[in-house]
Amino acid sequence: MLYVKNALTRKNLMALTGLFLSFFLIIHLFGNLQLLLPEEEAKLQYNWYSHLLAGNIVVKVIAIVLYICILLHTIDAIYLSLKSKKANGPRYAIDKRGRASKWYSRNMMFLGSIIFLFLIIHFKDFWYHFKFGQLPVDKNGNKDLYTLVIAAFDQLWYVILYVIAIIALGYHLLHGVFSAHRTLGLYHPLYSKIVKFLGMAYAIIMTMGYIAIPIFIYLNR
Amino acid sequence: MMKIHLKIWRQKNSQSKGGFKEYTLDDVHQEMSFLEMLDMLNIKLVKKAERPVEFDHDCREGICGQCGVMINGIAHGPLKNTTTCQLHMRSFNDGDTIYVEPFKASAFPLVRDLKINRSSLDNIISSGGYVSVDTGQAPEANTIPIANEIAEAAFDSAACIGCGACVASCKNSSAALFTSAKITQLELLPQGQKETRKRVVAMVNQMEEEGFGHCTNTEACEVECPEDISVLNIARMNYEYNKSKILRNK
Repeated sequence: MLYVKNALTRKNLMALTGLFLSFFLIIHLFGNLQLLLPEEEAKLQYNWYSHLLAGNIVVKVIAIVLYICILLHTIDAIYLSLKSKKANGPRYAIDKRGRASKWYSRNMMFLGSIIFLFLIIHFKDFWYHFKFGQLPVDKNGNKDLYTLVIAAFDQLWYVILYVIAIIALGYHLLHGVFSAHRTLGLYHPLYSKIVKFLGMAYAIIMTMGYIAIPIFIYLNR
Repeated sequence: MMKIHLKIWRQKNSQSKGGFKEYTLDDVHQEMSFLEMLDMLNIKLVKKAERPVEFDHDCREGICGQCGVMINGIAHGPLKNTTTCQLHMRSFNDGDTIYVEPFKASAFPLVRDLKINRSSLDNIISSGGYVSVDTGQAPEANTIPIANEIAEAAFDSAACIGCGACVASCKNSSAALFTSAKITQLELLPQGQKETRKRVVAMVNQMEEEGFGHCTNTEACEVECPEDISVLNIARMNYEYNKSKILRNK
């Protein structure tokens, strides 16, 4: 599947990896919501939860699948964008084609690039520190990721950075989830509408959920 | 009577460099179709011994799919579900400037001015858009019963006139709407079942080979399609393609 040039197959890969990443976002949000508990409780529970994830073999396997999905999704996006550029030929001098579609559906690569840059920062600041950095431990002996997270969201610019990235993610999901189902072949008129609606609801809930956390932490300090 | 300023893309052939050329028409009627307005311009150009503007057209009643240009940056102009020939000058105002460009895509090489070569779409059809039948007398129409809804749905897909507006309107220059309509119209009918798996793979591969882009489901094609072909055709093509690939038996 990786070496196939066929756009439909590449799009299937894009859709499947995208849907897996979307599913992961739900789990990740549930984990993060623990940050909203009262401070003492949140600290112990969040650190315990992070430790639990880091030590579990099943989670480790899923994590590897996750990294692979992110990479495949990115590589596919670049491949397809180049293909699109090649197919387009010369540009229109006057281009009003935008009236026929949503801006975010046309700019998935741009939104995706913002998300990718954000992921680099996100991985570096939390994932890398947790995995390879020297973190102090809490009173249960778990690495104190909680304090690191709280300290990060104490800075306004960092909160703003997160909000911008999550909004980009939200629009990416708004088109992506529904588009993935189309790509995989959901052609039933009614189910197609239901999926579009659920995809929209999902995108809004994810955006609100992920934005709420840094803002809540910032305001609570 | 209206005064219309035209900026028309003039290009001698695919190798030469093109550009907009300005023309002004003082006596345009509201009742004129867009193509009749271009005819009027061409008569004037011929009288001045200038090369007329070349553009594709045939039936001029919205069913052949030959005409099709970008008018003010939109395929077939501002009206929805309309071909260029069915667009009338009453859609414009006195003193308007109208930009006219050919459809642009790598798979649609320019021939001259507003005329492009859309053989790539024909190639997709000839790669699999047919049914195998025994030749001879036309068979009795009711030999194969087909439910009315199915016949109607197949006809909705078959309404595609192959004008290429979907490709021109697509940010990826994808021919997914065209190809999927041509697949679905046969897929829905019992006559089309014989080649079902072979057809979708052949036509999708041909679409790739012609250099069209991929579909990102922006749905712009459906909005600008003169025949209002549904994007669900594309989903159906994807489904049939995936099914063929997974269930293939060699």
